[in-house]
Amino acid sequence: MKKERFSQIALDGLVRQNPTFRLVLGTCPTLAITISAINSFGMGMAVLFVLVCSNVIISLLRNVIPDRVRIPCFIVIIATFVTIVSMFMEAFLPDLFNSLGVFLALIVVNCIILGRAESFASHNPVGASALDGLFMGLGFTVSVTLIAIVRELLGSASFFGIELWDASKFSIKFFTSSAGAFLTYGLFIAIFNVCYNAVERKLKHNRAHKMLKPVTAETAKEAE
Amino acid sequence: MDVLGIIFSALFANNFVLAQFLGICPFLGVSKKPGSALGMGLAVTAVMVITCAVTYPIYTFVLLPLGLKYLNIIVFILVIASLVQMLEMILKKFTPGLYSSLGIYLPLVTTNCAILGIAKLVTAEAAAGLANFSTNMVVFGKLVKINMAMSFGEAVLSGLFYGLGFTLAIVLLSGLRQKVDRLNVAKSLRGFPMTMITACFMAMAFYVFTLIG
Repeated sequence: MKKERFSQIALDGLVRQNPTFRLVLGTCPTLAITISAINSFGMGMAVLFVLVCSNVIISLLRNVIPDRVRIPCFIVIIATFVTIVSMFMEAFLPDLFNSLGVFLALIVVNCIILGRAESFASHNPVGASALDGLFMGLGFTVSVTLIAIVRELLGSASFFGIELWDASKFSIKFFTSSAGAFLTYGLFIAIFNVCYNAVERKLKHNRAHKMLKPVTAETAKEAE
Repeated sequence: MDVLGIIFSALFANNFVLAQFLGICPFLGVSKKPGSALGMGLAVTAVMVITCAVTYPIYTFVLLPLGLKYLNIIVFILVIASLVQMLEMILKKFTPGLYSSLGIYLPLVTTNCAILGIAKLVTAEAAAGLANFSTNMVVFGKLVKINMAMSFGEAVLSGLFYGLGFTLAIVLLSGLRQKVDRLNVAKSLRGFPMTMITACFMAMAFYVFTLIG
């Protein structure tokens, strides 16, 4: 695979089409599990696994699945991997399984996974689809963990479950409530948009500058 | 059967959208106009009721006695997908007017996490003492004890009122967005961030209901 294609897929997943902040997909688990950073990281990993596996299988079967029944086929493939993940977690990580609760099963209807199956894996080769799944999953994991770190720090005065200071002295309970989830997520999207637009403008400016440079050098020579 | 308790909890205190974060995607996506919000809400409610009425017996009388509990996610999602497809065909045949007005919302309901969420909620099992519905079944000569947290009637009632709770939330938000979307806010706050902040205030208002119960 060409290096440019690789970096394009990586940048799309992590920044340009970040599922949480740019596309605003998979919002239900994002709002519900960002109450603690460990939960978010676990959820992110589960989504990453399902995303990579389902992208690979759907990409392999992309010429076999008839177009009319593709959505039910995708859903069954995804549901199989979600069942694998939830059985694995129930056996080896029972605490995480219990705290994620129904949201683990709800990965089946997570729009990120169905969206990538529909828009990427169903008409791209296996390698590219696996990479797309990996970077989309990483983009999701990083974003939800970031939101969770902020909510956990302000709401329950801890960082990845480690108590930093006495929560009874200073903590804003609002951030652990459902209203706090909406507010934090909304503000995160706004901040991400500000940064993204600023970087975009800067890059555009640089590109324009580069294109102008040889012209100015030539004109300078001519002038001499 | 505690009917009033179920109604109050489903509509307000445990509202699917604002307290349990289920069905957020259509809540944010299809709430631009009150008309389409109402259509989406009613489509979700109808599918929820039918889903509860179908998944509850399948889980209780087929999956549990046969020891196939681990297949629940796959079975539920297949049941929901085919139910939505069937509902679409029936509506198309008998009420074309309603079909065209619901149009794009019906297929979207399949991937709505509120539907799978209600199927998981009503099929929760309970300890023997706390069960609202228990029965003994003989499967392949073996006695199987079944203890469910809800009875069939409660399951269907929950489906109806959680669906109406979803409708209430999405219609309220669409009404608020008629004003909020026209506000002159910073460019980066336009769209999703502003909708989230509106939802934040709605969630605060609904939080008060949990204090009553």
